[in-house]
This record gives sequence, C-alpha cells and structure tokens, in this order.
Amino acid sequence: MQLTVEFGGGLELLCSSVKIHNVNVELPKGVEKLTMKDLLAWICTNLIKERPEMFMKGDSVRPGVLALVNDCDWELTGQLDTTLEEKDVVVFISTLHGG
Amino acid sequence: MDADGGEVSRILRDLESLKASKSQIELQISALEARLQEINLQRPNGVVPDGSCAPPLLSSVDSGYGHDLSPQMIYRYSRHLLLPSFGVQAQSKLLKSSILVVGAGGLGSPALLYLAACGVGRLGIVDHDVVELNNMHRQIIHTEGFIGQPKVRSAAAACRSINSTIQVVEYQEPLRTSNALEIMSKYDIIVDATDNAPSRYMISDCCVVLGKPLVSGAALGFEGQLTVYNYNGGPCYRCLFPTPPPTTACQRCSDSGVLGVVPGIIGCLQALEAIKIATAVGEPLSGRMLLLDSLSARIRIVKIRGRSLQCVACGENTTFSKPQFQEFNYENFTQSPLSPSPLKLNLLQADSRINSKEYKEKIVNGEAHVLIDVRPEHHFKIVSLPNSLNIPLPSLEARLPEISLALKEKEENRGINSDLYVICRRGNDSQRAVQSLHKMGFTSARDIIGGLEAWAHDVDPNFPTY
Repeated sequence: MQLTVEFGGGLELLCSSVKIHNVNVELPKGVEKLTMKDLLAWICTNLIKERPEMFMKGDSVRPGVLALVNDCDWELTGQLDTTLEEKDVVVFISTLHGG
Repeated sequence: MDADGGEVSRILRDLESLKASKSQIELQISALEARLQEINLQRPNGVVPDGSCAPPLLSSVDSGYGHDLSPQMIYRYSRHLLLPSFGVQAQSKLLKSSILVVGAGGLGSPALLYLAACGVGRLGIVDHDVVELNNMHRQIIHTEGFIGQPKVRSAAAACRSINSTIQVVEYQEPLRTSNALEIMSKYDIIVDATDNAPSRYMISDCCVVLGKPLVSGAALGFEGQLTVYNYNGGPCYRCLFPTPPPTTACQRCSDSGVLGVVPGIIGCLQALEAIKIATAVGEPLSGRMLLLDSLSARIRIVKIRGRSLQCVACGENTTFSKPQFQEFNYENFTQSPLSPSPLKLNLLQADSRINSKEYKEKIVNGEAHVLIDVRPEHHFKIVSLPNSLNIPLPSLEARLPEISLALKEKEENRGINSDLYVICRRGNDSQRAVQSLHKMGFTSARDIIGGLEAWAHDVDPNFPTY
C-alpha cells in the first residue's frame, strides 16, 4: 500500500532528519485492511532510527504528538483503529512550546 | 589612520549616548501617554480639552455620525472602514475590546504591534524578562536602546508610539496561578505568546475557568503552530494534550534555535485571530490547527478533535474551578519550570572537575593536555577554544581512538602523562561525557565547570557567548 508518512515539530530528527517519506507498506499476512496500529509498528521498525521512546509510548504515540490522517486528527477517525487507504497521507507532529 | 580611528570611536560614543537618551525619552513619552489615558478614562466623556488626538476609547461618545468614531479615528482607521465586511461596526468593536498578550518575545512582538496599530481599546502586556541583544533578531518590538530594560516597558513604549489613543497596560511580573485570574479576568481575549509547556497549560486552564477565548501560537526552528482554544464550545489545550509531553520533547529557542521570521509570522497570525474574535468577523481557527513549515513554504491546516467530554479542565463532569486552578502545581505537572533557566547538572565528584580559571592556569603553565569539546559541530563552528578537538557527545564512543591518539601524541612530545579535559557550552554535556569516559577507561578525564559560558564569564570577557 502506497502511503505518505510525514514528521514535523522535531520528530523528523528521529528519522535521519527526513520529513517526508513515500513508503510502500505490505499488509501483514491474513490482514485485509491496514490500521494505524499496524502502521505505527511498521514505522518503528522501518523509519525510526533513534530514541523510539520520543515517538511511541505503549502501543500509541507519546503524549504531545498529534497524529493526523489526511489532515484530520486521528481522534476523529478512530485513533489506532483508523483504517488506511491507498495514497493516504499520515502526519505526525510534535507540539511546539517555543516562542 | 589615527584621525579616522579617533573619529570612529567618537561616533560610537555619541551613538551610544544618543541611543540611551532616545530610550529614556521614549519611556518618558510612554509614561506621559499612559497618564493622559488614565486622566481621560476618568473624564465622563473622554474629551480632551484641546480636542486633538481625542482618545475616548472605552467610553462611548456620540459623534453625530450615528457611530462613536471621532474624526481622528475615522481617518486613522479609514482602510479598515473601507472594507465592506469590516467597516465601522467591526472597528467599533475593536475599539471597545480588550486583549491580553502574555509574553513580549518573538510571538508577542508582532502580535502587540498589530494589535496596538489596529486600535484594540485596551491592550495588556505580561512579561518579567529584560531585553537582551540575542532577542533582537526576532523580537522586533524592541530596539537597541532598550537592551537591559524590562521587555514590558519597551513593548509598551513601542505600542504607545504607534498608537497613543489606545490604553496600554503593563504587567512587569511573571504570570503565575496567584495573579493569573486577576489579570486575565480584565480582558476579553488572551493571546498565549509564551515559550514553555507549564505556562501553556496554566494559561489554557485559566481561560477555561474564566470562559475566555485563547489564541495560542508557538514557534521553534523553522516551524510554527497556531490554533484558537476554548472558543465557542471548541477544545481547550488539555483536550488536545491531556498528558504533558516528556521534558526531553520540550525544546527551547535558546537551545535549538529559531529563524526570526517564523515566530514573526505566527505572531502576526495570532493578532489576526484575536482581531477576528474581537470583531466577530470571519471564522476563527477553532477546532483547526495551522502548521507552518517555513523551509518547504508549506502551510497545512488540519482538523483537530473537539472538546473532550473527559477533559480535566473543561469536560462534562469536571469540578475544575478557580480555587483548584490557584492550587494546581503546573511545574510538577509538566516537570518543567515556569521561568526556564538553563539546566545545571551535578553528576561528578569534585576531583573529576576543574573550573575555568584553573584550566586557564594549566594553559599558562604549558601543562600537556588534550581538550575535547563535545558540543554539536555547528556549535563548534560558532566559536571554540584554541587546540580543542571537537567530538560531539553522541559520537564519543565511536571516536575513542582519536582521543587515545591525541593523548599519546602529547605524551610522546613531553614524556609525561597528559591530562584529559572535556568542555561544552554550559557544563552539562561535558559531565555526561566525563561519566562515559570514566566507564570506558579514561579515568583521568575531567570536565570544565560551567563550560564556555564560564570561560567567557570568568576568564576571557571577549570570548563570544551565544
């Protein structure tokens, strides 16, 4: 499945400072629909190069990270159970505090 | 040559003294304008005896034109009045509105300038900091003459010099749970232009308790974020971030850097959102968030969750109220201080440390040693001590052979054991590095207490700090 995964607000530092990743995620065997839960696991294995604890906590993103599916907060789409479709854009943003 | 040199130093001297007088005069003007405002507010109809520059801001005066804008106001705000969907009605609302900006820094600077210029009736400024040289690249409300002066006084003087007809209120104090309710209750709209997580939770909670809309902006590096909280049933900061992030995820401009124009853009947008709320013109950015990535020139506006029914601050069954707000410990909650000061670790025994003056002695005495600078490479490029070897902390382990080699070379030259010293910017990473070095067999490694900042402070005042 072709997806665009983007990192911002400093999270890109965990993936060799690359913000936009055009990726091809293979569906796990016997699985028909890819969920955000599957994608998070895939990202941890394939994209996160350092300090995974700055991205994940438990089986979700850590506090202070917003996950957006097609420019919409994943709280509105079903969080970990959100199902993804071909060419979806998934963005992870760390909230900023500076000024 | 000498004559030129003499002239240059005379010009520099004159400039310095003129800038100092200028900021003094601006402060005097600012104080007089504030006093005039006070007197006018006490008058029943706000009319000034000579009739010039009349500022009847919060009081309503019938001008005879069917609205309360004076001739001067009509002329000053004419370009607003010419906007069909803004016009007299919105401008009148703006003139009657009150907006509090918390923080007169990178975000607050442009926000305050525009809010003063557009005629917000009463503009409050909260900040406890003083203007510093390293603020100037982004905190554009301040000028060089005000370096060392409180930001609030500098910002208020700038606002009054742009628009002497509005009321500017100065709060030269840190915002805390003890004063937040009293200060914020006096304003219709709050603008969060602060720079740390505990302040953001505190300001949002206070807005919830008082029922005030909050225009929240943030900027770091090349990115910015903007949204409106607690507006018209929309979410508050805690709805979005019920659990505070780990402190390691809270980077600061003074550590990570920020491109000056980025908070400038976000601050302008904060002024815009505040104006939209004050005038009821347009659609405030509530339930949506604007994400600015300045390097790729992309602005993304995303839909965010609505008010959370389970929210501790604004949820359905919450009992969060004024007394609880006043007792809530935001520093404990976020594990970070409300007035962030640089971290000062103390990880090592005294015999594994040396102060900058003692290190200077070693150089003067010509003692053989190796100095490792563990800052990131781009820091090292800004400034470094002569003969220091840059090995950034994350690569320390991989580059141990370089350290062994450097020590060996010194020992071959002198025939005696060389000392190993480690330095960084402020003396924290150097301690972490010495801890690792001890574990990896370099038991004589010692850190220079306070890093290059201490060196600049105690040994060489001409050494650049950043």
